[in-house]
Amino acid sequence: MRRLLCTLTVILIACDVWPASAERLVVSLSNHRVRVTSSFAGEDLVLFGTVEPDRGQSLRASYDLVVTVTGPPETYRTRRKERMVGIWVNADAREFVRVPSYLAVLSNRELGQIANAETLRRLQVGLDNFLLPQRIGPDIADTVRNDPYRVAFVRLESDKGLYRESANAVTFLTPTVFRAAIPLPADVPTGNFAVDVKLFADGGMVARTNSALEVTKVGFEQYVADAARDDGLLYGIATALIALGIGWVASVVFRRD
Amino acid sequence: MARRADLILVLIHLPIANLPVDVFLILGMGLAVGFISGMFGIGGGFLLTPLLIFIGISPAVVVATVAPQIAAASFTGFLTYWRRRSIDFALGGMLLIGGAIGTATGVWVFTMLRSVDMLDLLIAVSYLSLLGTVGVLMITESLQAINRARHGKPADLRKPGSHAWFHGLPLKMRFKRSRIYVSVIPVWAIGMIIGFVGAILGIGGGFVLVPMMIYLLRVPTVTVIGTSMMLTLVTMLAATVLHATVNHLVDTLLAGLLMVGGVIGAQFGAQAGHKMRGERLRLLLGVLVLMVGMRFAYELVASPEDIFSIRQIGKS
Repeated sequence: MRRLLCTLTVILIACDVWPASAERLVVSLSNHRVRVTSSFAGEDLVLFGTVEPDRGQSLRASYDLVVTVTGPPETYRTRRKERMVGIWVNADAREFVRVPSYLAVLSNRELGQIANAETLRRLQVGLDNFLLPQRIGPDIADTVRNDPYRVAFVRLESDKGLYRESANAVTFLTPTVFRAAIPLPADVPTGNFAVDVKLFADGGMVARTNSALEVTKVGFEQYVADAARDDGLLYGIATALIALGIGWVASVVFRRD
Repeated sequence: MARRADLILVLIHLPIANLPVDVFLILGMGLAVGFISGMFGIGGGFLLTPLLIFIGISPAVVVATVAPQIAAASFTGFLTYWRRRSIDFALGGMLLIGGAIGTATGVWVFTMLRSVDMLDLLIAVSYLSLLGTVGVLMITESLQAINRARHGKPADLRKPGSHAWFHGLPLKMRFKRSRIYVSVIPVWAIGMIIGFVGAILGIGGGFVLVPMMIYLLRVPTVTVIGTSMMLTLVTMLAATVLHATVNHLVDTLLAGLLMVGGVIGAQFGAQAGHKMRGERLRLLLGVLVLMVGMRFAYELVASPEDIFSIRQIGKS
């Protein structure tokens, strides 16, 4: 029994070490906690990192890097309008279940030049390859990438700056030191964001690491948002009282009779 | 994005609408709409709601947020008319009974339609039919009045003994301050309609309520505006609390900015309104109402820029 365990352990250690070849990624974010205050108008985060040789091995001549940032999952309905008796109405809708509310795929050059289509699909690299599950009848599954609802969803989110694919957001300062700019728009959703960093060389992934950041409302913003969500009734009454207060002040200030 | 940033002066991030807006833009909108509301003695919700939707705030948040703004504006008016003792509390109370039922039904329908993607359509169609009808009626009525004045004929006085069918309804009640004796059934019905459209469309309904009270209930001019403001005030306060409790969509920061602009604008509007003749004022308001209605008609009929749209439905 003990021998079996030893053998297993050896195999596991071997498996762990051997394919994770020669490189190691070390990354650091400029800010792990983005605060949304009442003056928040978006923020650009910077991810710094280096490619380190692992256990005395040597490095390759050049690398490619893809950073995928995903925001907290949300469910959305994508609706399609149709003309009915002369007017445009929402005729049909599809539900995208627990998809990222923010999705940025940042790389140092075009994804197609970094790896072949099959590799990119397997690793879910790129907006086209990221899984966006839809509710189709009783099932939840991703559809083909040219599904009109999927295309429209990605396009609309991209227009808002919440989804993006950028082939020049990662810069290699030296062959092993890189920086990536992560743009967060002003209406960025709040919650936990995952940062997934993949290192490619010669068309294959050679190392991977991850980091995380949090977007939180602070101060007045947070107070109001929390109150509205958790104590709707009290919040409503408070708002009504503010309305009465301002109305009363105005009638006193501008009183003429 | 960069070009827009140049125009924006002081950005403030709205906690519920979850987007940054220019403080001065919102204050300015409040001022402008307040001016018009003071000039015509209306709440101005029918102008403010489309404007806010136009600058990119989600229609659901707008409808819920305009409610406290209208409450603030009508409270100022209410206090002024109260001091002049020109509010018929008995009539207002009866209107409120209908108004309460209408508001509650409205918030419920609002919530239901939002879940089946039909809210935008409902808002547009209701605005179009309501504003179209009221606009056309006001324009014809005021043009006739202007015409009469030009030909030196006296104004169309209330014809004694002219009764519509509903004047024969039971449950008659005497409203002393307004000096009318009518059945409470049409009063409840009017209150209900106003409460309902108010909750769904984010309007106080003053521009519909006042003509209804004048033409249907024969309420005299002395008490009509004060009493209509009493109804608007209470229904909008109720709508604020209900929208906040049920839909969590009231943005207090946005509402506060609108209120400040609104109450100031209303004072200047009221002064401007005093200098204009009644029928001219009604013609102008009719044109304004019709124009907003046409804007909604255009939106329904014209091919949309994008046939797809997205709505977030929560963290389920």
